[in-house]
Amino acid sequence: MEETDLIVLWGSNARETHPIFFHHVLKAIHRGAKVYVVDPRRTATAEWADGWLPVHVGADIALANAVAATILEEGLANREFIRRATSGFEEWEAYTRSHTPEKVASITGVEPSLVRRLARDYARADRAMICWTLGITEHHNGVDNVLGLINLALVTGHVGRWGSGLNPLRGQNNVQGGGDMGALPNKLPGFEDVESAAARAKWEALWGRPIPPKQGLHLTGMFEAMAHGQLRALYVLGENPAQSEADKTRTIKLLAGLDHLVVQDIVRTKTAELAHVVLPASVSFCESEGTVTSSERRVQRVRKALAPPGQARDDIDITCELSKRLGYDMGMPAPKQAWDELRRASPLHGGMSYERLEALGGIQWPCPDETSEGQRFLHARLWKEPVEGRRAPFHVVHDEPPVEALDRDYPLRLTTGRRLDSFNTGVLSRGYESPRRLGETVDLSPHDAGALGVQEGEKVRVVSRRGAVVAPVRVDPGLRRGLVFMTFHFPDEVDTNQLTIDAADPRSGTAEFKAAAVRVERLEAPQR
Amino acid sequence: MTQRTLELTVDGVKVSVPEGATLLDACRKAGKDVPTFCWAANLTPANVCRICVVELGGARTLVPACSRKAEAGQVVQTDSPRVHLSRKLVLELLGSSVDMSLSRDFQALSKRYGARPERFGNKAARAEAGARDAAHAGHHHPGDGAQAATVGQPVKVDNALFVRDYEKCMLCYKCVEACGTDAQNTFAIAVAGRGFEARISTEHDVALDDSACVFCGNCIGVCPTGALMFASEHELRAQGRWDESKQTVTDTVCAYCGVGCVLSLTVQDNEIVRVTSPSDSSVTGGHLCVKGRFGYGFVKGG
Repeated sequence: MEETDLIVLWGSNARETHPIFFHHVLKAIHRGAKVYVVDPRRTATAEWADGWLPVHVGADIALANAVAATILEEGLANREFIRRATSGFEEWEAYTRSHTPEKVASITGVEPSLVRRLARDYARADRAMICWTLGITEHHNGVDNVLGLINLALVTGHVGRWGSGLNPLRGQNNVQGGGDMGALPNKLPGFEDVESAAARAKWEALWGRPIPPKQGLHLTGMFEAMAHGQLRALYVLGENPAQSEADKTRTIKLLAGLDHLVVQDIVRTKTAELAHVVLPASVSFCESEGTVTSSERRVQRVRKALAPPGQARDDIDITCELSKRLGYDMGMPAPKQAWDELRRASPLHGGMSYERLEALGGIQWPCPDETSEGQRFLHARLWKEPVEGRRAPFHVVHDEPPVEALDRDYPLRLTTGRRLDSFNTGVLSRGYESPRRLGETVDLSPHDAGALGVQEGEKVRVVSRRGAVVAPVRVDPGLRRGLVFMTFHFPDEVDTNQLTIDAADPRSGTAEFKAAAVRVERLEAPQR
Repeated sequence: MTQRTLELTVDGVKVSVPEGATLLDACRKAGKDVPTFCWAANLTPANVCRICVVELGGARTLVPACSRKAEAGQVVQTDSPRVHLSRKLVLELLGSSVDMSLSRDFQALSKRYGARPERFGNKAARAEAGARDAAHAGHHHPGDGAQAATVGQPVKVDNALFVRDYEKCMLCYKCVEACGTDAQNTFAIAVAGRGFEARISTEHDVALDDSACVFCGNCIGVCPTGALMFASEHELRAQGRWDESKQTVTDTVCAYCGVGCVLSLTVQDNEIVRVTSPSDSSVTGGHLCVKGRFGYGFVKGG
């Protein structure tokens, strides 16, 4: 990151949400790297940018296609890389080429000359990086959004080299590690496919038990199944869906309607209050041993610094005790033993002994054996002569507006996100007193605040088709007309997820938290 | 890429260092203990404290080892009488005007160099709260030699996360650099005033909450004298309960976002009392955000 020449932060407010990652971006900036920020809001991140592209919420595909069209039209495509390392280019080019910045300007809201400037600078940079966060993925077509960005890396060849690549910034300390360990509906540890008989056979031999041959459900799929009465029992570990899911009213109804709900957590969350059984767990980052994987695939050790309170037990002990009572006795392995078992079969983790993780300050997977120090970046294979493995495919992606269109009754676009000093539903971050914490606010553009006749600090009602909340106004000059911003950090006071829509991308299962239609109402009639 | 190396002599010992290295690097490579206050591995040298001075053959004045680049053929002395005298004076000036009681390095160096700060007289009384912040250049008048002027003033406690005890501030600039281009790039604080009125200040001397400060605490992480201190540590010290013999330090990974910042948790009586990050971590460079550094209250049950 520090040695790249151009960074595009697309749908990411990294300055606030990944502050220490942004320190590395700043090092690059001080070295002379250019930065472009694509975000509907003029965020703290955008203030560091050479160019801010104020895209309309949900118009990322139109914009990505416009960047691509410029690159194609102006002869900036890396034809040699495309020929050697990619597939599907002709079809993609035929579709994308006509989507020029000028043609799609009414969809994206971005000045065409700015789009062309980004496209030229990105394509011409020696090394360039695209980073994104939930502004890309929390849409009903989040997967297409990501594919749209991948297309840009492929058309320019900005992938698989030092300082060039695609960098999704993970929002939680072990969301990557959960995936690495197979905590996904379709994957085994090391991202091997559940539906592959060969992969299953390997893990079955290790575990001595059969593995269900069909993939399971992702989060939104589970709620669908609950709605259809097909999923009747739920075991929730370290998650607070009662407050974090979109369309809160529906979520609570479904959770409360289960035959059996088990919650394993470190504090009594709102979800735990609905549970039939609560299993108190130790705090994984400081009361137990183990590993987590960061956004850069770096596996690092977490260590026990404190004794857990009361009857709280390590997650691994709870899992093993449960397993024993369910008829499969795994004993009580120490975290290191469980890790070493993983290393025997996961293609990514073989060389990551606890000793080597310690000595090397963490290791970035893949690290198949003890001669490997891991890999700083992926996809170098695309630059091998000849290319190793599968060619990287272009994907034709079609622009699609958010599920909920704006109309007369709900004329404003609500988008949600995080602030610097708080985190998700506040379960962790409310435990400390931040001098910068404002509590929940309804952030309005100066124009909309003026049009509604509301003052900073005045409480207003925000209404969507699913619910309504009341919160004080904050006037944010970084918001453009028609855009409303809220967080979901204070659900006990202001339950923003009553407003959000549960439309989700069927492939990723991620809900469209970034785009709901709302209106804002004054609590009292204006005084005349 | 091969890097050229330079050869030089430190206290009669030949050492070679890569091009771009400082005299401090060369001295340490030669096994010489050159003290520093204002230097840190993760910050650009400010070279203001002058405790690291060494004698360089052919140079008129002593030079700061922390920032002077090594050159081929240099002859360096780290422990000459001039170096000795200069370091002793630096320690005496600091010791007479600043509360250096929490700096172990300072205590050890004072002993080593036989520093006698008391020769400048008894420390003058503390200034009233805000008086030093209101002072302008030229306010300070040389004393009569009976009393030593000090930066003494009451502790600033204006937020729940950390305190600023500028009586302990030696103006090493580390906090300014950590808040500035070396890490945080927030630029909430800078050195204001000149001469003896120089002090760390926010823009227009506004309260911390009204400044650009984002409360990352990276200034505390680099402070060598305890002038910037976690509120948790400050309270325990005030109650006489701060006990380093009962503390453990454990490295782990932050529980918040996916960056993977390494945290060093200082624990006393089964409670986290301080959170820092190792300066050699490739992820953090020793720096954290407000959540990682202060947001651990949930561990006790939020």
